[in-house]
Amino acid sequence: MDLTAPFYQAGALGPRSGLFIAVLIGAAFGFFLERAGLGNGRKLASQFYLNDLTVFKVMFTAILTAMLGLFWLGQAGVLDVSLILLSPTYLIPQLVGGLLFGAGFVIGGYCPGTSCVAAASGKLDALAVFGGMMAGILLYGEVYPAIRPFAESTGMGRISFSQLLSVRPGVLVGIVTLLALGGFALAGRIEKSRGGRLVQPE
Amino acid sequence: MTTAAITEVNQPTATTAVQQRRSAAPYMNPYLAGVGLGLVLLIAFITVGHGLGASGAVVSMVGAGLQTVAPAHAANSEFFRPYLGATPGGTLQTWLVLELAGIFIGGFVSAWLAGRVKRGVVGRKLGGSPRWLTAIAGGAVMGFATRLARGCTSGQGLTGGALLNVGSWAFMLALFAGAYLVAGLVRRQWT
Repeated sequence: MDLTAPFYQAGALGPRSGLFIAVLIGAAFGFFLERAGLGNGRKLASQFYLNDLTVFKVMFTAILTAMLGLFWLGQAGVLDVSLILLSPTYLIPQLVGGLLFGAGFVIGGYCPGTSCVAAASGKLDALAVFGGMMAGILLYGEVYPAIRPFAESTGMGRISFSQLLSVRPGVLVGIVTLLALGGFALAGRIEKSRGGRLVQPE
Repeated sequence: MTTAAITEVNQPTATTAVQQRRSAAPYMNPYLAGVGLGLVLLIAFITVGHGLGASGAVVSMVGAGLQTVAPAHAANSEFFRPYLGATPGGTLQTWLVLELAGIFIGGFVSAWLAGRVKRGVVGRKLGGSPRWLTAIAGGAVMGFATRLARGCTSGQGLTGGALLNVGSWAFMLALFAGAYLVAGLVRRQWT
């Protein structure tokens, strides 16, 4: 019998085990976020003053690791990557959402996941960010009928760069890997030129 | 020796003495932590066939709250209606809520093991505005934005990033652009 991943889609995993895995995966996710220092708003915000580029390093190392893992497991025939659904693209709303998100991130100091991690370690400002986020989502829900036409504009469906550019996934994986490695080298040089004053636990 | 050690501890204020005894461990190497996060994401793809998220769970929480406070209003809400009911939005929403609870637990365990659990506020007061005001305001703008973007740094950034999803990379580039554009306004809070 050949067992192909994803296990849930292959029927090797029931919904209840899936929910148990949710807690475990969440815990491991929160653990590594806190380990890296991303439960500290000052460290997160320092990314945007170029003093401490931990956010960039952690984020793109994680993306690289998961992307390479998906690619090679797919090549080996162990994982059916086509069963992993992409979330649909709505280009302009997502660009506007990104701009607003970035602004809110540096003003508040945390993104949604890191606000939970920080709140768990006693940061009261992170708890306030989480409360603000709930209010923002409530507001979105209230004005949704009015902004729905915009929110659903420029829909492109479930689309990856490989489909958009008609390029083999391996080529893009290679390009992103090189870009990330270049980014890491640049990040190290920027930090050094700023005196290497990385944010330490408070 | 002993007296010297005691005076050394007693010299500074009481709080520094406590900090010396239970000093917080330094953070992990970012690349090592990044590989750890990436493997967690990969395990999610392999086991349940989808990635990580954070803001999606908050929609369910807000929807449930609205349903408790104003049930008729919630039932009429075009946006929240799909998130209400016995299995709100299907099992994925339940999965996300449990995963968010896990994030909280894992964050606490890591901080506790490293001696970094400490009640307090990060970030300086910005002019006349108290820190809680920028925290709530920033959080609100960000929360609103997650719905336009259909996700946050977890669901779009990490997950969509690894899947080379077009909308996710657009979101991420815009996120960094937005943050760098606005950073100057709140510089004194962080540096």
